[in-house]
Amino acid sequence: MPNDAGHPAGVELATPSPDTKAAPAGYPGGFRRRTADPSVDGMNVIEVSNLRKRYRDRLAVDDVSFTVKEGEIFGVLGPNGAGKTTTVECVAGLRTPDSGTVKVLGGLSGTRLKEQLGVQLQSSALPAKIKVWEALDLYASFYRTPADWGTLMRRVGLADRRNTFYGNLSGGQRQRLSIALALVGNPRVAILDELTTGLDPQARRDTWGLIEQVRADGVTIVLVTHFMEEAERLCDRLALIDAGKVIAVDSPAGLVARVDQPVRVGFRPSRPFHDAVLTDLPEVGEVRHEAGRIEVTGTGDLLLAITTALSSAQVVPGDLRLERATLDDAFLALTGKKITV
Amino acid sequence: MSKTILTEAKLFLREPSGPIFAILLPLALLLGLGSIPGFREASPDLGGQRVIDTQLPGMMVILSVVTMALTALPATLVTYREGGVLRRMSTTPVGPARLLVAQVVNNVAVAIVATALLIFLGNLFLGVAVPRAFLSFAGVFLLGAASMFGLGLLIASVAPSAKSAPGIGSLLMFPLLFVTGMWIPREMLPDLVRQISDFLPMAPFGQALRDTWAGHAPQPLHLAVMAATVLVTGALATRLFRWE
Repeated sequence: MPNDAGHPAGVELATPSPDTKAAPAGYPGGFRRRTADPSVDGMNVIEVSNLRKRYRDRLAVDDVSFTVKEGEIFGVLGPNGAGKTTTVECVAGLRTPDSGTVKVLGGLSGTRLKEQLGVQLQSSALPAKIKVWEALDLYASFYRTPADWGTLMRRVGLADRRNTFYGNLSGGQRQRLSIALALVGNPRVAILDELTTGLDPQARRDTWGLIEQVRADGVTIVLVTHFMEEAERLCDRLALIDAGKVIAVDSPAGLVARVDQPVRVGFRPSRPFHDAVLTDLPEVGEVRHEAGRIEVTGTGDLLLAITTALSSAQVVPGDLRLERATLDDAFLALTGKKITV
Repeated sequence: MSKTILTEAKLFLREPSGPIFAILLPLALLLGLGSIPGFREASPDLGGQRVIDTQLPGMMVILSVVTMALTALPATLVTYREGGVLRRMSTTPVGPARLLVAQVVNNVAVAIVATALLIFLGNLFLGVAVPRAFLSFAGVFLLGAASMFGLGLLIASVAPSAKSAPGIGSLLMFPLLFVTGMWIPREMLPDLVRQISDFLPMAPFGQALRDTWAGHAPQPLHLAVMAATVLVTGALATRLFRWE
């Protein structure tokens, strides 16, 4: 994507900061130039502080704070109705918060913000009889420095659907067009809300691949989702939101590490043995017997510790299985409830 | 802006039932009813005018304008709102108002085409005179169309769903068409009805079209009511319109 065509690069290049050297490998294109933008405080592209928003009798967002760094994929994760969409709508300038502050790209607002911020909203659509190329061409005309929509159309895999009416596209194709429309203005930040809801697994994976490409171009992405797998696969950092509040902000691995006993090993022993063989190990938390199987939860290198101990006790573990805690478990541990819809 | 108008025009032509209805129905009525011999003779009820002089063509112009303004425009806008089309526009630098303007432009364009065809074909086949006070006629047309489209925007503002929008439009349209003289010429309506209708949005438009068609000046009262309709509906629609 021709990112270099856009922003007032002269200003940004005039004051190169040491940060430019720190750009991690693997994010080629645009990225370096952008980190030098003096209008962005440090590396924070979005700063949300103490955001509050009430709809009539319902407090949708209750004291939400987080920051999004340049070039990352930041996830906003939580169950339906947690206040995710309201939060990002405030970030996008589509809603006015009751209190708290939102600072995007150093404090842009109005038209200047919308030039730099691509938004893909839940429940937004196009007229049924508009063709794919017409929608891209039209939306490109809304921006001062648009991306080349032809290139974008090929990238999202819609070149062969160029003349198809929006109403005749599949769900996955609509989502990809939606992403393309969010990117057609050549934004520095893209907010993508519930991107893969309603897609089949293959379409979901294709969409994830697309998101990774977009990030590789240096676009900062805010991803709203309630899919754990999606968050785990794509996001550098996550804000877990529940009932309008931020429960935790961390990397997916960091959140999982907050689960008390994140590893579980199960096996069928070749002969009976004393639980103490296992419970004496520092890695082991709990040992349970379930219909001839033994389930052990614990931390660290649990599998190695168990197999070593069993070997010394001359027990062969059959049908050995290892499970790690997921974000689901982390959410359960942090909020006391399941995120599943 | 021009690209938005052009794109909306294309979409318009892909689902042409609205425009076709607004153009063909009045035209067919004009040419069909205009060939009835009784309508081509001087009528004492119309003060010696023939029905095809101003009554019939004037009403057909009204019919095409209100079809676009009170049913086609609100239906499209409410559908756009419901489907999230306006919501998506609001994330772009230009905002959703541009789509609204493009819609109004296209709908007005259809009404202008319909009116031009009514004048041209009416003249060609029935010998209906081209509006004699042509500039005044054009001015009245634009002011009246503005008042009707203002009313249409107001309907789009208050209609709760895409299904209800055309219904609300029709509910408003048919009584107003009646007092404007669609089925019974205004000359034959009871005095009280006629006097009240002078202050309603549509009848002054119809009467002013007929007056200027015949070469007279429009009545100041009618111009004032049309202008007031533009202002009131415009202000209300601006306050009440919901983008999502």
